[in-house]
Amino acid sequence: MKVLEAAAVSLSLLAPEQGAAVLLPDGGSAAVFLLHDGSVHAVGNLDPFYGAPVICHGIVGDRSGAPTVASPLGKQVFCLRTGRCLDVPGVALPVFDVLVRDGVIRLSSSGNTGEMTVGT
Amino acid sequence: MSARTDATHVVVVGHGMVGHRFVEALTARDDAGQFRVTVLAEERRPAYDRVALSSFFDGADEAALRLPPLDRVPGLDLRLGVRAESVDLDRKVVRTSAGASLPYDELVLATGSYPFVPPVPGHDAPGCFVYRTLDDLEEIRFAAARALRAADDGSERAPDGPSPQRASAPAVGVVVGGGLLGLEAANALRLLGLAPHVVELAPHLMAVQVDEGGGALLGRLVTDLGVTVHCGSATVRVVTDPVSGQATGVDLADGTRIDTPVVVFAAGVRPRDDLARAAGLPLGPRGGVAVDSSCRSAADPHVWAIGEVAALDGQVFGLVAPGYAMAETAADRMLGGAATFPGADLSTKLKLLGVDVASFGDAHGRTPGALSVVLNDPVRQAYGKLVVSDDARTLLGGVLVGDASRYALLRPLVGSPLPSDPAALLAPEDAAAGAGGSGLAALPDSAQLCSCNAVTKGTLLSAIAGGSASDVAGLKACTRAGTGCGSCVPALKQLLVSAGVEQSTALCEHFAASRAELFEIVASTAIATFTELVTRHGRGRGCDICKPAVASILASLHTGDHILDGERGALQDTNDRHLANMQRNGTYSVVPRIPGGEITPAKLKVIAEVAEDFGLYTKITGGQRIDLLGARLEELPLIWQRLTDAGFESGHAYGKALRTVKSCVGSTWCRYGVQDSVGLAIELELRYRGLRSPHKLKGGVSGCARECAEARSKDFGIIATEAGWNLYVGGNGGFRPRHAELLVSDVPRDELIAILDRFLMFYIRTADRLQRTAAWVEAMDGGLAHLRDVIVHDSLGVCAALEAAMAAHVAGYRDEWRAVLSDPRRLAKFASFVNAPGHPDPDISFTVERDQRIPAPARPLLDVEPR
Repeated sequence: MKVLEAAAVSLSLLAPEQGAAVLLPDGGSAAVFLLHDGSVHAVGNLDPFYGAPVICHGIVGDRSGAPTVASPLGKQVFCLRTGRCLDVPGVALPVFDVLVRDGVIRLSSSGNTGEMTVGT
Repeated sequence: MSARTDATHVVVVGHGMVGHRFVEALTARDDAGQFRVTVLAEERRPAYDRVALSSFFDGADEAALRLPPLDRVPGLDLRLGVRAESVDLDRKVVRTSAGASLPYDELVLATGSYPFVPPVPGHDAPGCFVYRTLDDLEEIRFAAARALRAADDGSERAPDGPSPQRASAPAVGVVVGGGLLGLEAANALRLLGLAPHVVELAPHLMAVQVDEGGGALLGRLVTDLGVTVHCGSATVRVVTDPVSGQATGVDLADGTRIDTPVVVFAAGVRPRDDLARAAGLPLGPRGGVAVDSSCRSAADPHVWAIGEVAALDGQVFGLVAPGYAMAETAADRMLGGAATFPGADLSTKLKLLGVDVASFGDAHGRTPGALSVVLNDPVRQAYGKLVVSDDARTLLGGVLVGDASRYALLRPLVGSPLPSDPAALLAPEDAAAGAGGSGLAALPDSAQLCSCNAVTKGTLLSAIAGGSASDVAGLKACTRAGTGCGSCVPALKQLLVSAGVEQSTALCEHFAASRAELFEIVASTAIATFTELVTRHGRGRGCDICKPAVASILASLHTGDHILDGERGALQDTNDRHLANMQRNGTYSVVPRIPGGEITPAKLKVIAEVAEDFGLYTKITGGQRIDLLGARLEELPLIWQRLTDAGFESGHAYGKALRTVKSCVGSTWCRYGVQDSVGLAIELELRYRGLRSPHKLKGGVSGCARECAEARSKDFGIIATEAGWNLYVGGNGGFRPRHAELLVSDVPRDELIAILDRFLMFYIRTADRLQRTAAWVEAMDGGLAHLRDVIVHDSLGVCAALEAAMAAHVAGYRDEWRAVLSDPRRLAKFASFVNAPGHPDPDISFTVERDQRIPAPARPLLDVEPR
């Protein structure tokens, strides 16, 4: 397990339903969301339609009960649990596994061996 | 596809509404390129909506009246400004005023009517006009302006003059004819600022359409509106100035003399059949080209006549609906069909001088044994009469004056059994609801809802059921219903609602309420957060539709709060979230406010230095300011610190908010300018800066009628006049350009600002999300007239509240960017990464084009697979 030591940030810095970008060890980024119910979700930050790192700036909401984020560029809506684009079939964001412990968020991705910790 | 060389050559003489419709109908179905069409148009302009002529004086311009252009018709030869001089039936040739000889295979006469001018002495003096074409209207406008100036000069001289009382009286305009056209003309004169007099031979107004009782109420209502009515009066002469020959008055048979420099004859029309008469074609007993039910001349199978020039069974029709039916009939026949003229429905519903008038079926009760049921309500100022069969079971016709809201339901019932007691059918809408059974649902599918275009309820229902129309605009596009006089539009709406497809006003899956309803909820409760609102009045956690809409409502109602604070930050859409416009590569653009487009060289220098230091791509915007593109998120506060220090404020280019008020240089510099347009533009831009609204808002101020600021393409456009300012509202460029329409004219500055305050606040309170003012005015029941009633005449009593709301906005305004820079919690939102706040995002890169930095080509990731 690789840990990005230099990037220690408290969970309390995440505002509910406002995403934030997290720099990953490989130079890419994840969009992390703290939801209203206290759960934390993380998906890839690159908008698959534009190739721009902006998903973290999208509006968080729900569609038929499932938590979502809408791309701020094209407004396509993605499910935060599965990463699937609910408007365009066959498109999805990578999803990170999220572990929250003692105010520290850990992200890990099966598609990305880089595992990281965001914490204090 | 172009027409074949062996195509049948159709020559259409006349390019009015009916001739235009014929060409549309013929060419729309001519898939094989079987026809080649030449149109001779006497007027120098393409076909326009003559029915809406008087709107020319109510803000509409020529472009607004123009019918859909025919330029997509292959091989169409439209000759504007060219008349047909003669027809040689044997050689099948038309000779034109341009000297050409046009051979035809089929000749369609659509020459319409000419205005009837009673041959009284002086009827052709300068100052006498008819009311038929846009050219006529231009001339009337010119004469009215001259009359008003003369009256002004008179009142200025009045103190020394012999008769001050008379000299200060307003300029009068006389209309000869109190029918439909005459009242339209009277309205036109009124809109031009003259005091109209109407002279009518018959004992009451609109004698063709309405009965005595209805005519009497109509007379009272238009008198209240400032029209002087002389019924039962014959015009015996136009008085002229012995020197100039100019008209100076009108003498009536009873000895009355009306002093006026403007006389408009609107005493009826006659078919324009001179071409046919000279060619030797048979005419009807009261004129018009005699045609059979296929609209073909009885004497020559290659000559057709349609519209007001056609006489069918000796009868000519002066309405557009039968004309359209004839155009469709003739086109169908030429295409090999077997259509026959279905007969004319002479029903009419109009708003004359703001008074509803409708007449349908046997309005005068001429059917033997017909009975009448009359409801004359002096309190509601409404008159209604139903004509029923002798057994009181079948509706034959009726007249409605003052309130014609029942017209859409009653007219299609003509010839059908009455669904309920006739008196109940005439009762006001709310009372009738209780009486039951007179709604659209009661109508058979064969009932015609749009009489202008002969569209039945059945046709509309199948368009809805087939999925080809889901709103009024869709119904208009696929059936043409509602595109004529528009009186059936409320019925179209009802039909959509009852079919269950009218788009719900629900904002999204989280709120059943519309934006306007949510606005009222927030305004009338203490609710100040989205969570509270969605918990109490919605469900779920919201989405990218309702959150920004609620954010906008909260911004309008809680003007002192910062839009990024607390939960509000999570509601903001893409651009509002970081107070900058997100571009396609994830960078932002920065647009400082430059009110009215006025800027000092020193401030320009600051912009240049900032752009240079941050490597920003620089471009001048359409709103007279400067766009700086390519800023990274973490750079925005640094850039704004420099701009704020130099005195710049947020330009709100990122918000659904006031953008700019564009201006020309105005009277300060321009030798044509009559007012200080820059000064007013700056004042307005500063007054409304930061005002959040359902969609973006743009304004413009021009210092004279040359309109260099293009103000009429804005949500609110102001054009200077000698006497003050004209205010136009509801314009926009964009996807569907629309000119703003005149709301008020010649108002002084203070009044202008009060009306503008009310306009903007009324829009903010009642518009749908992302509905520009243009669409908002168009969708409003009653349109511009209703808007004027509400915000100029205060018909809803809300003006004071609207002004107070604007005053609160003006008082509560703070520069959003300055407020960010002074607050570390707000600044924290401008971090590139939560774990590396100042680290530039490596996924953003640039290249250079024409010496400036632009986004590197995108790398879309559409091959990303679901996990």
